Amino acid sequence: MTAPALDTSRVIAPRLTPARISVPWLVAGIAFVALWLAGPERLPALFTYPKDWLIPAARWIGDFMKWLVNEASFGLFTFTQLTRFIAAIIDLPYRFALSLISTGFLSGQGSGAVQIVPPLPWIAVIAIVVLLGLYAGGRRLAILVGVCFGFLAVFGQWNSAMVTLASILVAVPIGVVGGLLLGIAAYRWERFERALTPVLDLMQTIPVFAYLVPILFLFGFGPTAAVVATLIYAMPPMTRITTLALKGVPSEILDLGRMIGCTRRQMTWRIMVPSARDSLMVGVNQVIMLSLNMVIIASMIGAGGLGFDVLAALRRLDIGAGLEAGLAIVALAVALDRLSQAYAIKAGESAHAAEAGFVARHGYLVGALAFVMITAIIGLVVPAVQSYPDALKLSTGTFFNEVVRWINVNFFDTFEAVKNALLLNVLVPFKRFLAELPWAGVVALLAFAGWRLGGWRLALTTGALSFLIAATGQWDKATVTVYLCGISVVFAALIGIPVGVLAAERDRLWRWVQAVIDTLQTLPSFVYLMPAVMLFRVGDFTAMIAVVAYAIAPAIRYTVLGLRRVDPNLIEAGRAMGCTRWQILTKIKLKLALPEIMLGLNQTIMFALSMLVITALVGTRDLGQEVYIALTKADTGRGLVAGLAVAFIAIIADRLIAAGAARTKKRLGLV
Amino acid sequence: MRPISRHMTSKLVCRNVWKLFGPNAQPFMTQTPNPSPDDLRRAGLVAACRDVNLEVAEGEIFVIMGLSGSGKSTLVRCLSRLVEPTAGEILFNGENLLAASDQRMIEIRRHQMGMVFQNFALLPHLTVLANVAFPLEVQGIDRARREARAQKMIDLVGLAGKEAFFPRELSGGQQQRVGIARSLAVEPELWFLDEPFSALDPLIRREMQDEFMRLQSVLKKTIVFITHDFDEAIRLADRIAIMKDGEVVQSGTPEDLVLSPATPYVAEFTRAVPKAKVVRVGSLTKPAPAGLNGAAVPVRATVAEAAPLFAAGVDLLRVVDADGATAGALHRADVVDIMMRG
Repeated sequence: MTAPALDTSRVIAPRLTPARISVPWLVAGIAFVALWLAGPERLPALFTYPKDWLIPAARWIGDFMKWLVNEASFGLFTFTQLTRFIAAIIDLPYRFALSLISTGFLSGQGSGAVQIVPPLPWIAVIAIVVLLGLYAGGRRLAILVGVCFGFLAVFGQWNSAMVTLASILVAVPIGVVGGLLLGIAAYRWERFERALTPVLDLMQTIPVFAYLVPILFLFGFGPTAAVVATLIYAMPPMTRITTLALKGVPSEILDLGRMIGCTRRQMTWRIMVPSARDSLMVGVNQVIMLSLNMVIIASMIGAGGLGFDVLAALRRLDIGAGLEAGLAIVALAVALDRLSQAYAIKAGESAHAAEAGFVARHGYLVGALAFVMITAIIGLVVPAVQSYPDALKLSTGTFFNEVVRWINVNFFDTFEAVKNALLLNVLVPFKRFLAELPWAGVVALLAFAGWRLGGWRLALTTGALSFLIAATGQWDKATVTVYLCGISVVFAALIGIPVGVLAAERDRLWRWVQAVIDTLQTLPSFVYLMPAVMLFRVGDFTAMIAVVAYAIAPAIRYTVLGLRRVDPNLIEAGRAMGCTRWQILTKIKLKLALPEIMLGLNQTIMFALSMLVITALVGTRDLGQEVYIALTKADTGRGLVAGLAVAFIAIIADRLIAAGAARTKKRLGLV
Repeated sequence: MRPISRHMTSKLVCRNVWKLFGPNAQPFMTQTPNPSPDDLRRAGLVAACRDVNLEVAEGEIFVIMGLSGSGKSTLVRCLSRLVEPTAGEILFNGENLLAASDQRMIEIRRHQMGMVFQNFALLPHLTVLANVAFPLEVQGIDRARREARAQKMIDLVGLAGKEAFFPRELSGGQQQRVGIARSLAVEPELWFLDEPFSALDPLIRREMQDEFMRLQSVLKKTIVFITHDFDEAIRLADRIAIMKDGEVVQSGTPEDLVLSPATPYVAEFTRAVPKAKVVRVGSLTKPAPAGLNGAAVPVRATVAEAAPLFAAGVDLLRVVDADGATAGALHRADVVDIMMRG
C-alpha cells in the first residue's frame, strides 16, 4: 500500500467529518413525515391505537395476581402463606432493630404495651456513630457524622429517623448477602447470568411504585413489605457489581488458587471474594444509599419514618415540616454514605495485627459498649439522657414557612413569568407535538433506528417494546412521559455539559462541582420535590425542575470523565499544530469524548425516568401518575402495565444510545 | 558437575502436546491429528502450543524461552493442567496428568507442585506471613504448624521482620520474594516459575536471579522456568527450549544453542551473546597427551574464565573434572577461536 506522504486530512482527523445524512435515514424521515401529514382523519388507526385491538394486559396481570394471592399453592402450603412466612422471618430482625433504637422492648400489644427495656439512649446512638466514624475515617468524619445525628435530635426528627434507620439496618445486610450470592451464581453459571440480566434490567427500570402493590398483597401492609420492596430495588446493583468484580480478579490469582489446590468453595470464599473486596465495598455503599432512597419511598406502604413525614407534609402542602424532614433525610444520607465509604477505604488498608490484648485490639468496641451501658443506666434516672429533651428541640418549620412566604411575596411575579414563558413557549408546544405523532410511525421509526444502529435484534427490541406500549393502551400517557423526560434531559444537558466542559479543565472547580454532585447523588429522590414545590407549586414545570436537579449529576460527571480521558498526546499534537483552545476543545476533545458524553446522557435519561415517577406526587399526567393512581387504588394490573411501559421507554432509550455510543467509538477508533 | 537428562530419571515429560484456542478445537484435533498451519487457519483456530515435546530431568533448571505470544505461558499452564491441553500427554513421575481426576490434580498441586507468578499474585488482604502460609491453610494444616513452616520460608528468602506487612507495603522485589516463599511452603518436587522477574527493574532482577541460584543450590528442585529474556535464560538454565509461534524450535544446553543454533531465529538471539562466557571448557577439551602437567582448569569453567591462564604463555592447559582427575587438554588455539567469534 502506498499512501500519499502528506495526506494530513487523514492523519489529523481520521473520519471525524460530521455524520452525513445517509440515504436510508432520509427515506425513513420522508416516509414518517408523509404519514404524519396524511393526518389522523385519513389514517385514524395509525394515529390512535384501535380500541378493539388493545391487549388487556392489565386485566391479565390483575387476574394472575388474584390467582397468586388466593389460589396458588405448593400443595402443603399456599403461595400467600409462603410470602407471609418470609415476611414473618424478616419481621423478627426488624422488630429487634426497631426496639433497640426506637421503641424499646415492649411486652403486650398495641396501646396496652408496657416497655420493659428502654431503647438505646440518643446519646449512646450518637456515641456509637461517632466512634464508628473515628475508627473508619478519623476525627473529621467523626465530627461530620456526629453533627448529622445531632441535627436529627435537635430538630426533633430523632424518632422518625430511627424508624427509617431500623429498616435500613435490616435491609442492607439481606441486600448485600443476597446480591453477593446472586452475583457469585451469575459468575459461576453463564446460563444463570444470561437469564438474570433481563430480570435485573427490569428490576432497575420498573418504577418502584409499580411493584409496591403486588408486594402489599403478598407481604401485607407495613414495614416488612417496605423492606421487601427495598430489597428488590437495592439488590440488583450489588449483584451486578459482584459479577463484574469477580470477573475483574486477575487471572494469575485464579491460577494461584488452582495451583495450590483450592476446592471450589475455597476458590470462591478464600480467593475470589477477598481479592474483589474493594469493588464489593462500592456495592455495599450502593446498597446502603439505594435502601435509604427506597425506604423513604416505601413509606407509602407503611414503612413510616422520615419518608412518611415528607409524604404527609407534601399532602398538606406544609412546606416547613416537609423541608425539615427532608433535611433530616439529607443528614442521614450524608452520614451513612461517608461512613460506608470510609469503611471501604479502611478495609483496603488494614493495620498491622499487633499481638495486643483484647481491650487494646478492640478499643472502639469496648469503648462503645461501656458508653452504652453507662448512658443506659444514667438514662433510667435522668430522662434527658434517655431521650432528647423536648424543651431543647428547635423547629425550623415556621422559619422555612416564613422564608417561602417572603420569597413568594417578593419573587412570585418573576418566578411566575419565567414559568409561564417556558410553559407556553417550550413545554406545551412540545407536548402537543408529541401527542399528535402517529404511533405507528413512531414505532416504525424506532425499529428503523434500532436496525441502523445495532442490527436486526435491536430493531426487534425497540419495535416490539414500543408497539407493546401502544397495544396496552399506554401510548398517550407514554408521550407525556417522553415529553417531560425529554425536556428535562435537554435542560439537564444544556446546563450539565457546559458545566462539565468548564470543570474538566479546572481542577479546583471540578473538586467543588464533584463535591456538589456527589452530595446530590446521595440524596433520596423524594427530597428534590420539596424545594421545587416550594417555589413553583404543583404542575409539569415543578416536576421538570425536580427532574433536572436530580438528573443533572450524570450529565456533568460523564462529560468531565470523557474529556479528561482524551489521550493527552492528541491534545499536545493539536497544540503543536497551532490549534486555539477553542479549536482543541471543539475539534479534538469534544469529538473524542462524544461516546462518553452519550453514555452520560443515557444515565441522565435513566435518572430522569426514575424521578419522573416520583413527581407524580406533584401532579403530572404521565405514566408515573398512572402508576401512582394504581397504587392508591391497589390495582396491581394497572400499576404494573404502566410501570412496564416506563421500563420499556427506559430500555429503548438505553439500548439505542448504547448502540449509538458503541458505533461512534468504533468510528473514532477508540475501541 | 550437573548431569544432563537421560542419564537421570525424567521428572516431567511432555509428549506431542497441542493447545488450540477457538470453537470446536477438540473434535477438530481428533479428526486432524497433526494439523498444518493452513488447516488451523481454515478451521478458525489459534495454536498456542504445537506438538511440543520436552523432558525435564530431576534436579535441573529447564528454561522455556520465547517472546510474547510464543505460547510459553500457555505451555507452562498446560504442564500443570491449569490450561487443558487439546491433545498430547503430560507425564509427571510417570503418571499421565491428563488422565488424572480433578481430585487427584488437587492432591498433586497441593503437595508436589509450586508456582511463582509474573505479577506475584499475592492476596492483598493477607499479611506476608498469612500469604506464605495460605497454601498450607487451604490444606487444612493447623495454625501453629503452618505458621512455623511459613516463618522458615520467609527466613529462607530473607524477609524476616516483614511478616506482619501487607503486600502493597513491599517493593516489587520483596513481593516476589513472598511469592517464592509461598510457592516453596508446600515443599514441591516440581517448581514452576512463570516469568518471575520480568516485572522487576533490571538491577533488582539481577539480584533476584542471584538469589534464585543461591536458593536452588540449597534446594535442588526440579524447575521449569519461563522467561522472555535470553540473557536470563543463559544465566540460569541447565537446558533451554526456545519457542516460536507455539513450537519448540530448539532445545539444548546454553552451549548447544550458542555454538550451533538450529534456525536463523535462534541465531538471532545467540549472536549478541559472548560465546566465551557461555561455552564451557568441557566442550573444547581434547584428549590429553601423556604426562600433561601444570596449570589446571575445571571442566565446568567457562572459556572466559579459563582464558587468563594462557596469559603466562602456555599453549596447553590441563582440564580436570569435579574429582580433580585429569579429563583432557585445552588448546590455546581453540580458546582464541571461540574468543574471536565474539
